[in-house]
Amino acid sequence: MASLNLTQLRRHFGTVKAVDNIDLAVNDGQFVALLGPSGCGKTTTLRMIAGLELPDSGEIKIGEKPVTHLPPRDRNIAMVFQDYALYPHMTVAENVGYPLKVRNVQAVDIRARVNNVAEQLQINHLLERRPSQLSGGQQQRVALARAVIHKAQITLYDEPLSNLDSKLRLEARAFLKHLQREVGVTSVYVTHDQAEAMALADLIVVMNDGKIMQVGSPKDIYQTPANMFVAGFIGSPPMNLMACTVDAATRTLRFGDNLALQWQHDLPQGAHGQVTFGIRPEYVSIRPAGEPGTLDAKLYVMQMLGSESLIMLHVGNQLVSARLIADDLPELPERVGIALDQKRGFFYGTDGNRLI
Amino acid sequence: MQQRTVLSRPISLAFISPAFILIALFLIYPFFSIFSMSFTNQALTGAAAKNPQYVGLDNYAELLDFDTWMTRGEFGSSILITAQFVLGSALIGQAGLGMSIALLFYRRNDLLRHLVYTLAIIAWITPDVVIGFAWFAFLDPNTGTLNNILGLFGLPAQDWLLKFPMLSIIAFNTWRGTAFSMLLFTSALSAISPSYLETSQVIGASRWQQFRDILLPMLHTTIATDLILITLWTFNTFTPYLLTGGGPGYQTELVSIYTYRIGLQNFEFGRGSAVAVAVMLINLVLASVYLIVSRARKTK
Repeated sequence: MASLNLTQLRRHFGTVKAVDNIDLAVNDGQFVALLGPSGCGKTTTLRMIAGLELPDSGEIKIGEKPVTHLPPRDRNIAMVFQDYALYPHMTVAENVGYPLKVRNVQAVDIRARVNNVAEQLQINHLLERRPSQLSGGQQQRVALARAVIHKAQITLYDEPLSNLDSKLRLEARAFLKHLQREVGVTSVYVTHDQAEAMALADLIVVMNDGKIMQVGSPKDIYQTPANMFVAGFIGSPPMNLMACTVDAATRTLRFGDNLALQWQHDLPQGAHGQVTFGIRPEYVSIRPAGEPGTLDAKLYVMQMLGSESLIMLHVGNQLVSARLIADDLPELPERVGIALDQKRGFFYGTDGNRLI
Repeated sequence: MQQRTVLSRPISLAFISPAFILIALFLIYPFFSIFSMSFTNQALTGAAAKNPQYVGLDNYAELLDFDTWMTRGEFGSSILITAQFVLGSALIGQAGLGMSIALLFYRRNDLLRHLVYTLAIIAWITPDVVIGFAWFAFLDPNTGTLNNILGLFGLPAQDWLLKFPMLSIIAFNTWRGTAFSMLLFTSALSAISPSYLETSQVIGASRWQQFRDILLPMLHTTIATDLILITLWTFNTFTPYLLTGGGPGYQTELVSIYTYRIGLQNFEFGRGSAVAVAVMLINLVLASVYLIVSRARKTK
């Protein structure tokens, strides 16, 4: 096990800045998720850590050792690919034991270690089969077994769950978390699925356009998004982001004509004039029209999502969603008022960053 | 099973018939006529030309006369020469070089790759006669390109076709046909997911281990297909005749050239037919191996 440090790491493909001078520090034993939309640079970052891609500039350190230009085999890492990359001509046992075989470990010892790991991953009954005779979930476990068997310093995951159907994915997610707690190896996990990142990671790195948008615990990322990108990316549905004009002197927020709200708390520094106001749908509540301290809103659509309902409303010309925990869709008139939980609101400046 | 046909039976027969007639005329009829001719002493000139006699298995006995058949210019010797030629130019030359090029340029897309591939394909698709004369000029002892190039490095000129006839036609046929193996292996390699090799790199496999443990097993049906096909083609190739005419002293008389000499230069049709039948049997064996392998591949 080891820590991982990326310093000013950069990789451009022609004019595309795939990874643009990123810094990241991962502690020993931490599970980090690189999260972002496709093309954000998360996979390129992972491949540079693996040594499958070389950076244009910057440094990668595993533990105290700079590995920036070392080939993958000299980095002592393990990697799980999206398609698992199990060798079709080898049995499960041969696949799992292959990392030891290339290290010239004796056959007897390989056998013992394979049995050991197979037990841990509950695949011991599959050892003599070929990958083509396994289900997707079983293949995934075999790939995990191959990754943990040689006790690498860092394990890298490239969207390892995205080939599974949604039920299996939840199961595999829980299993992976359990395994991680048992094995405790430093891990970097690339995903575009925020629920996966939230569920698995100690630390989430949100990326966009080759840059790191925010690094934090799942709670930090969700509760206090550092900028409008993270606010709009994390959460399903994401945070409401409303254009708003602030009069700092009177602490008045204007969302349009006749849509003013009195702010009850201290405004953050710089919250004046044109800003963006952000609030999560669960902190928007629906009140009778015209109630003091609410904004006038017009019902747009209501969606029943099982344990909760999503109400979408027009406030002026802006669309706002509210989330209600309810067994049934509420009966609502066309015109209502909405109240915002002011302690949960954020202000974002014109540069997109949160005003503190 | 219910039959669904677009065309009625008579019309579909009408569509098939031209192909069938051509095949019957140029393949099936010659096959039987050669087969029956191989039991006679039919020739173009002499007494046998007018009155061919039935000679039973004499022609075959002569071919397989183990006292003389390994003499230069006899059947056994030409089979051995062909085997050397196939081994050198097809199995080692074309397949080896084709595989090497495919591996060398695996997941590369640069100018050098385009250059090598284009040149190899040009060598492959240019007509035999053009290629034959180009190589004749290339290897010419006095004004040939090869000797000129060697001269630049201070190396002595050689009469390649006279001194190294076998080596020359092996080099020629390797150059000529590498493109097929190269393209076959390239497409087989590109069908292998890059994550297989990347996984092995991360695992710590050396280049040799990657080749031996990952690529080779994943390519083995392609390799079998390639080897059998190019063996079949090289076995029957006639183009080296343009360079050496089978000589000097029958040293490069491949079985195809031998057949040609007996049947169409000596005009001993009976003997020539017996050679053709023997060659056909060898081909039949090779083709069966190919069909068995490709069927095994499909059912896998």
